[in-house]
Amino acid sequence: MKKVIFALVCSFIVCACVLNCSAYEHEEYYKGAKKGEVLNVFNWGEYISDSYEDGMLDVNKEFEKLTGIKVNYVTFESNEDMYAKIKNGGASYDIIVPSDYMIERMIDENLLQKFDVKSLPNYHYIDEKYRGMYFDENDEYCVPYNVGMVGLIYNTKVVTETPDSWKIMWDEKYAGKILMIDNPRDAFAIPQKILGYSFNSTDEKELSDVAQMLIDQKPLLQGYVMDEVYNKMESGEAAMVPYYVGDFITMHDVNPDLAFVYPKEGVNIFVDAMCIPECAQNVSAAMKYINFMLDPEIGLCNAWYIGYASPNTGVVNNPDYADYAENKLLYPDEDSMPDVEYFHNLPQETLERFASLWNDIKVAGSSNTHIYVGFSVVGVCFAAYVVYSYIKKKKREYWYDFPNT
Amino acid sequence: MKTKMSPLSKLYVALIMIFLYAPIVVMIFFSFNSSVSTSVFAGFSTRWYTSLLHDEGTMKAVANTLILAVSSSLIATVMGTAAAVGIDAMKSKWVKRTTMSVTNIPMMNPEIVTGISMMLLFVFAAKLIGVVDALGFWTMLIAHVTFNLPYVILSVLPKLRQMDPRLPEAAMDLGCTPVQAFFKVTLPSIMTGITSGLMMSFTLSLDDFVISYFTQGPSFETLPIRIFSMTKKRVTPDMYALSTLIFATILLLLVALNLSQIHGERKLKNKLDKEVQE
Amino acid sequence: MNKTSLSKRFFASPYMIWAAIFIIVPLIFVVYYSLTDASGAFSLEYIKDIGRYRDIMLNSIWLGFIATIISLVISYPLAYIMARSTTNVQRTMMMLVMLPMWMNLLIRTYSLMILLQDTGIINTALGFLHLPPLKMINTDGAVVLGMVYNYIPYMILPLYSIMAKLDHGLIEAAEDLGANKLSVLSKIILPLSLPGIASGFTMVFVPSVSTFYISKKLGGNTVSLIGDIIEMQFKSSNNYNLGAALSLVLMVMIIICMAVMNRFTSDEDDGGVLI
Repeated sequence: MKKVIFALVCSFIVCACVLNCSAYEHEEYYKGAKKGEVLNVFNWGEYISDSYEDGMLDVNKEFEKLTGIKVNYVTFESNEDMYAKIKNGGASYDIIVPSDYMIERMIDENLLQKFDVKSLPNYHYIDEKYRGMYFDENDEYCVPYNVGMVGLIYNTKVVTETPDSWKIMWDEKYAGKILMIDNPRDAFAIPQKILGYSFNSTDEKELSDVAQMLIDQKPLLQGYVMDEVYNKMESGEAAMVPYYVGDFITMHDVNPDLAFVYPKEGVNIFVDAMCIPECAQNVSAAMKYINFMLDPEIGLCNAWYIGYASPNTGVVNNPDYADYAENKLLYPDEDSMPDVEYFHNLPQETLERFASLWNDIKVAGSSNTHIYVGFSVVGVCFAAYVVYSYIKKKKREYWYDFPNT
Repeated sequence: MKTKMSPLSKLYVALIMIFLYAPIVVMIFFSFNSSVSTSVFAGFSTRWYTSLLHDEGTMKAVANTLILAVSSSLIATVMGTAAAVGIDAMKSKWVKRTTMSVTNIPMMNPEIVTGISMMLLFVFAAKLIGVVDALGFWTMLIAHVTFNLPYVILSVLPKLRQMDPRLPEAAMDLGCTPVQAFFKVTLPSIMTGITSGLMMSFTLSLDDFVISYFTQGPSFETLPIRIFSMTKKRVTPDMYALSTLIFATILLLLVALNLSQIHGERKLKNKLDKEVQE
Repeated sequence: MNKTSLSKRFFASPYMIWAAIFIIVPLIFVVYYSLTDASGAFSLEYIKDIGRYRDIMLNSIWLGFIATIISLVISYPLAYIMARSTTNVQRTMMMLVMLPMWMNLLIRTYSLMILLQDTGIINTALGFLHLPPLKMINTDGAVVLGMVYNYIPYMILPLYSIMAKLDHGLIEAAEDLGANKLSVLSKIILPLSLPGIASGFTMVFVPSVSTFYISKKLGGNTVSLIGDIIEMQFKSSNNYNLGAALSLVLMVMIIICMAVMNRFTSDEDDGGVLI
């Protein structure tokens, strides 16, 4: 293991030199920014290479250096958080990175704008497999950024068996050590597969069954998390969580006790893609940024840093990336490919049902008998005090008035 | 009357202080840890401080926080002092009482309600006039001024009530214009109230998270918002380093403030002693 | 004279306009959103929906109430000790109490979390001593502890300021007249410090009931409070109408609690909001 790390570090150092010495492709494309131009990027947390340590590149800084455009980089935690911000206005972003189903929904609701995707000089790097995806069949709205699947990350020190099923997340043996993913689609996905339903089911009964399973699971949970997952899993605070495979790879570097499995019932596969929202104010800079992210060297840094599978052939075919490209978890071949399904956008009615069930799950769980008892005790004490002070007052008045009567 | 503490009370005070400071001390301790762990100390290092100082985003957030706190507390102090003078001069009981009840609202309301109510207003107004990126510095400034105002008004009003109303009248009888009377007589006598209002709104604005969280936009990030997004991601000890630095700054400020107070009191005492001797 | 006071009254007008636009109008928006649906049409759907959140509201009030009582019980003797000590000690102790208050709430809560968690320093120390680990984080207890820890200075300060003003002669007189310590406390000190208790109660109870960060970090998102649900409606569920309805209810609930509280203490003074 140490050897591997050593080799990795060496290759980083070598690459760092190569990277820093060489220029980017199509530099002329980045010219001509006006002075004081600003680009607002809204991306997932921990989803870009952001430091020069270990021979990596700070991608945003490199972009600023190259183009002179100031990058204002803000992060979100889930598709739903991002959607809420865009939908309600008040803030404007030039680039957002939603997942497949959310892109579909945002196109439906006219929240994304078309741009000339094919005119990007680096677009030819995008793998044929990831063009014309179901959510953007004509490649008019988005450029794929990362691809991944959800699986079960677990700590081998606590979970000594080798799980192969999502059902282990309902095992009382691990009560208090289980984390659940904190967004409705990903959380619902797990019981959906256990019960053999589709992720995109619109059946009311199926959804209620799924929600009931999540409510039953709640007492066993340590918490619902998104990006806090890194600290909790790396430190051993929690023992299992359904999360994205790319993040497992970065967590595994820190805590080698962690292991990963694609449960047999089936998992979610997703594509996160860069889009330009309708409210964008600087489309030309946004296109430059998207093109920059497709640059093989930048793509390589990002792929190393975040550990997700890349749709960029310039990255995947790079010999320096071989360790990752050969990783069967990230790039499964036909034999190791788990049973996968994409999320699709759902009809409005189902979305509302989803939101309402998710609320129920968040609210559920606190047993309230002790609260009622507590409140009645407080109420009785209060009443007793009022009565007591009233009697005392009357008594006192009586004695004060006594001589007069 | 002012007595030395008994051992039992000393123990009690010590226990509470341990309760108040234990988490902070632990955090300071681990900010010097050379590894990322928060339970095992691997060795002394200042690498998190270096990485913090190179973090442009955080430094920008510090600057933003100060800009916002200074501007909002100044605006609130000017407007609040004027308001206090006006409220004090009000004849109609009804108007006065209504104004004071409205003033109490931001203080009594849960912060989250104040925050979302302002956000609803801003988002609505932005849609009405067709601005896409309304949330940012200006909305935060408005929000901060709004929650600072009551504190300024409530610290100036009592000083106005304590002041002898005949003083400015006397000044005017002696030939001052009303404006002069205000600046030469009224203002100096309510100055302590104004400064304490200013100080309070400055610190409130520095520290505010909840209201900022709802009225903030991507273009303007303050320190509490930055800390919030830091604790939502992979937390590295540079967050602890940041907290340690904030703690140290506040400690220094408070000590300096106290020392200057003590100094001032001594001076006053010496002066009094001298006068007594003479 | 009349003229100047008339012009003085206009000093308040910028503030009154400001207050109308940025205090009153936003509250009207809360009411408006809670009475409409997503399309903007009038609807009572969300107000009717509130019943589903009854348990979580009770839970928030309960935890906030417990935290307030604990803070009161801890702070009361401390404030008394502070008020009775020498000026220098008083000053130092004031500073020590205020210092954590000036640190950001997020930092304080986070530092408490690293102390309490399963792999935190307390459990690591217990492990070294071969003692079984304590389950502290992600419980109601941890959330209450977080509330007490964060808001206790707001209880100590008003109590202290009222006790520092307390006329010591009264206590001595009572003692001279043969009152024992307990009756001095219950008949002199307690009634006289009621306004301090009332304002401390308000200043701890209101933020405790409406918090969302503390429950998120120390309750692991499984102990939800009303603040969490409201925050969720605005930040991720994108249901402004439900969020507004819940905020409205939260606001009304707190007003009721405060009214009861003021009734409770009003025989001594009128309100006694002290900052």
